[in-house]
Formats: sequence, C-alpha cells, structure tokens
Amino acid sequence: MSEAEGKPAEKKGAARRKPTFDPRLAEYRGVWVFVERDLSGVHPVSWELLGAARRLADQLGSEVGAVVAGVPEEALDVDSREAIAYGADVVYQVGHPVLAGYRNEPYSKLLCELVKRHKPEILLLGATSLGRDLASSVATTLETGLTADCTELAIDRESRALAATRPTFGGNLLCTILTLNYRPQMATVRPRVLPSPAKVRDRSGQIRKEEIELHEEEIVTKIAQFLPHVGDQVDLALSEVIVAGGKGLQKAANFALLEDLALALGGEVGATRAAVQAGWIDPQRQIGQTGKTVRPKLYIAAGISGAIQHRVGMESSDLIVAINTDPNAPIFEVAHYGIVGDAVALLPLLTRAVRGRILPEKATPSGLCASP
Amino acid sequence: MRGPNIVVCVKQVPDSAQIRVHPVTGTIMRQGVPAVLNPYDLFALEEALRIKDRLGGRIVALCMGPPQAEAALRKALSLGVDDAVLVSDRAFAGSDTLATSFALANAIRRLSEEKPIDLVFTGKQTIDGDTGQVGPGVAKRLGMHLLSYVCRIPILDMDSGTIVAHRWTERGVQVLTSRLPCLITVLEGTSQGRFASLPEMIRAARQPIRVWDRKAAGIEDLTKIGLKGSPTVVGKVFAPSRRSERAECIEWEPDHPETAVALLWEKVLARQPEWAAMASADARKDGEEARSE
Repeated sequence: MSEAEGKPAEKKGAARRKPTFDPRLAEYRGVWVFVERDLSGVHPVSWELLGAARRLADQLGSEVGAVVAGVPEEALDVDSREAIAYGADVVYQVGHPVLAGYRNEPYSKLLCELVKRHKPEILLLGATSLGRDLASSVATTLETGLTADCTELAIDRESRALAATRPTFGGNLLCTILTLNYRPQMATVRPRVLPSPAKVRDRSGQIRKEEIELHEEEIVTKIAQFLPHVGDQVDLALSEVIVAGGKGLQKAANFALLEDLALALGGEVGATRAAVQAGWIDPQRQIGQTGKTVRPKLYIAAGISGAIQHRVGMESSDLIVAINTDPNAPIFEVAHYGIVGDAVALLPLLTRAVRGRILPEKATPSGLCASP
Repeated sequence: MRGPNIVVCVKQVPDSAQIRVHPVTGTIMRQGVPAVLNPYDLFALEEALRIKDRLGGRIVALCMGPPQAEAALRKALSLGVDDAVLVSDRAFAGSDTLATSFALANAIRRLSEEKPIDLVFTGKQTIDGDTGQVGPGVAKRLGMHLLSYVCRIPILDMDSGTIVAHRWTERGVQVLTSRLPCLITVLEGTSQGRFASLPEMIRAARQPIRVWDRKAAGIEDLTKIGLKGSPTVVGKVFAPSRRSERAECIEWEPDHPETAVALLWEKVLARQPEWAAMASADARKDGEEARSE
C-alpha cells in the first residue's frame, strides 16, 4: 500500500513531529543486516547491505551487526566470517535444526527475539521473496516502520534517523521516509541497487552464538519439498549483459531477435512492463519498478521508449545503449549511446557484428561478484 | 463438506503507467489519471474464484480507501465475488503499511464474527506503493499462517483444514503444507483471469456495497490508524535527478546501417577495456585459425 503519497498533510505531519524524540529510543544502537542464506550460499544482496550498514554505522559512531541463522553446520561459521569480512563488527549467530529452509514462523520469531535482546537502531534486509516476507512480519510484530525497496540509505542530520529514499508513483517521484519515534528503523533494498563492498579478509569481528527457543512441533507450516527452477529461469539481477525490448519491437516474434543478440553476447533478455503485459515474454524478465532492478555492464534497450517505471530498474547500468525510432524518446536521456532507428531492422546487424567477433562471445565472466 | 469462507483484500490504485510529473514543479499530475483495481489483485481474486468453482463457499472482497474506491469493489463483484465491504473513514488518511494492516485486520475480524474466515487472499503487492507489506502484516495481526508469493494451491482440504501451496522463491518453489486459517499472497501470472459476463456486470452494478467507517470496522484505538498509527513519515518528495548529458547519438546513412553498428561497438569496446582485450585476442586467434586452414 502507499506509504508515501506525498500529500501536503503528511509533510506537515513530518515537520510537526520532528523535534520530539523519546529518550527510550536512545537504548537502540547499531546497524544490523539480516544475512539471507540458502543451500547455495549467501544471497549477494546481504553483502551489498553490509556495505551500506558500514557507512551508516560509521556516521552514527555505532557498530554493524549481522544476523546469520541456519542449521548448525560448518557453513554457518564460514558465512559468519564472510559477514565480518564484508563489514560486520558483531555476528549474531543462531544455529537450530528447524531453520533448514526458510519459513516465516521460526525466522520471524528468532529475528524479533534478537531485536528485543540487543536493540539495534536500524535493521536492513534484502527485498527478495524471503526478505520481504520476513521484514513485513517482523515490523508488524514489533510495530515499527518499514520502508520497502529503498534506493538510497542515509542518516538525517537533524534527527539522526535513517533517511530511506525510495521511488514512488511508479518511479515518477522519489520520497525520503523517516521512522522517527519507533525502533528499529527497518528497510529493504533490492539486489543490485547498492554496490558490492570490498571484502577485507583480515577484518576482525566477534561471533556471538545466540540461543533462541524453537520447537518443530510448534511450527505449523512444513516444507514438504523444494523444487529448483528448471528451464527458463534466470536471475537478471546478476546478468552482466542485458538486451531488453519494449513495445517498439511490435510483436512477440521479434523478441527472437533479442534472444539472438543476447546469445551472441552471452547475456540475457529483458523486457518492459508493456512487453510483458502484451504477453510477448515471461514476467520473470520484466525490468523496472514493478519488475527487477539490474545493473549490468552493458544494457541494450531496443524499441524501449524509456518510461520512468522502466528507467528506475536499469539506470545504474554501467553502459546503456538505446535504439529507438523516436529521437525524443526519454530513453535517450539515460542512455550513453543511441541509434535513432528501427530496432527490428538493426538488431540482426548488431548480432552479426558480434558474431563477427567485433565483441567477444565470452564477454560475460560468470560469477556474482562483479566489480561495483 | 462445507465450502471455504474467503476474504480477498483489494485496493484501488492510480494507473501508474499514466502518471506524469509536472515538468516545472516536479509534482504529480493526478488530473485525468484513471483509478483501477490493482492489477496484482486480479490474480488473488482469480485464485479465490477457482477455489469457489471447485469447492463452493463464499467470497467477500474487502477494500480500504476513499468512497470512490467502491468502483474497485464493483469490478470484484462483476467477476463473481459474493459480497463487498468498503472500509472508509477520514481517520485512515495518511496510513502507512502498518496502520493499513491494522485497519484491514480489524475489518477481517469483524467479518469473521459473521462467519469464521478460512482463507484471506491478497495480491503480491500494489502498483502504487509497491511494498508487498500489507498482506504479511495482516496475517501477523490476525495470527494467521502466512503463505507469500504463492503460485499454485494443489490441495485444499476443508475437512482436515489443511492446505498445500507452492511458494515461489528466486531459486525454486517451496512446497508448503499448512493449516487453515491462512493468508495467501498470490504471485502474478499464476492464471489467466476471467472476464465479467454481462449479467454479472449488471448484478455488480446493482448490488449494495457495505461501507464501514472506523467504528463499524471495530476500531476503537485512534492511535493505531492514520498518521498517528504510522511509524513512517514522508520527509521529502522530489523528482529524480536526470543525468545532465543526453545520449551521444550515432549518425548514420539510411543505406548503410552496418556503419552505425560498427561505430557503436567501437564505442562500447572503448568503454569496456576488458572486452576490447578479449576481442582482439579472439580476432588474433581467428586470424591464426584462418591461416592454418
């Protein structure tokens, strides 16, 4: 729901409430990150968040905490040490057999208890299927403020509060949201919105093992099975090259032209909301405010006009190339290079040029740790 | 076997695809932007309707919003929902997701006094707030089991009160078993939605919609709703900054598009030295291969 309609009344409210600060809130200190883990390891968004947490904590003169939870095994310690290398001062480690696979009940219970025990000032989570599920439940239980999908995190000088900036109205406006009289201040950030911090192997930090009472028989929801995605499942957020198409491609069949180019570049195909809604391509490939946020090394926008709702999902890409028939299309405002022309005609030429080794096919190093 | 008693939460939203920002003042131009039923809620409605098709039961659509949000409920009625409740009160103005979940949870508790609720459905998020926080919040407040991002419900057994749901995650699908009552947020693209038939549309236009103010929704505590009940406050609203320079457009002759393409790649490679190095290495290798052939 809209937490930020930007009505004048709300702005006035913010100004009015600013000076009051409940002294009890001063007990809350530290910037925490919930580290998202699964069988394949830690989700990179957690490291990105630790980078942000480090900056915020340094500004506040406080510590960075990382919550690392899962079944008791070697990986828990490995991931805890990684969290320290990425910027955590203290790792709050919870090992328990019921934590195999994410479930809302035990995870929200453990996170709420840790927050009550140690009172962090700020709590950050990734805006993933897990992070959104968990953050919403925890914020509701603790009755505190949660700001989703932030694109920028800073400290408001006047109030020392977390200033969480997020797009609103489909990305047409940005608004900065503060949680003044409630703690912890919670926020989620999508993967790839923040740069990945440098890993410092010899950083020192403390690992604290935390006991949380959890009992399998008290947890109603059970994981009967996990079915890994097969076939056309990509994580666009991690792709280094993306070739995206919009309404300007005119029909579903022309998306094959995108696929050819993406294949030649070792990249992935993305799309605008309009193209997805037209049924031309799978919703998993939608980029923008209601889709994914990406920051590849190369983004090629073919037949995309550049509506704001799309731009917010791709404008931090390293290099943006746009092809559009309309020289006034807003996509040219975010692109680095443009060709005014019909993408349907130009895409095959681009593909041919790439196949002719003007650009290498192995242009995309595999792996998650692209340089920021 | 009795059919399930279902609540579907819906929201009326401005069609964000049609929102424009005033080029000078940087404020939202609301005029003429149509309000629509949140598109993600259509998937929640469809999932509920399919369950009703199969097992019978009853569906109530619940919406919080200004009086004109009634239109969203009419749309839900036209698709086959049995009853509609609009929770509307000036005291709700300025509610963030925490305050909204409080109000909706109270209204659902009210509805469950009429008849116990088995299932609550919501969309995965709205297109205006985009937070996806209200559904899970309502679940927590009602003490219902939360099943989020559900893409399939293969089993719903009313006798034993068990449900099996497929929950989408980035890496795969969790097959979860849980117990009723539960709250399900439905993933988009799970099903082809239905269209309203003409008789249903006529019925929907005529059917009375129940409008509840805060008291009717069972809300006594004013500190839990509206601005007072909202921990988050909007500090600043501003237009995104534009990069100062526009794209460098590549000039080309209509008869020679290949020159534009070649020039473009040259520029791309100039910005990506790593790739340029790989490209020249490849070109050398190709040259050697060509010679040896």
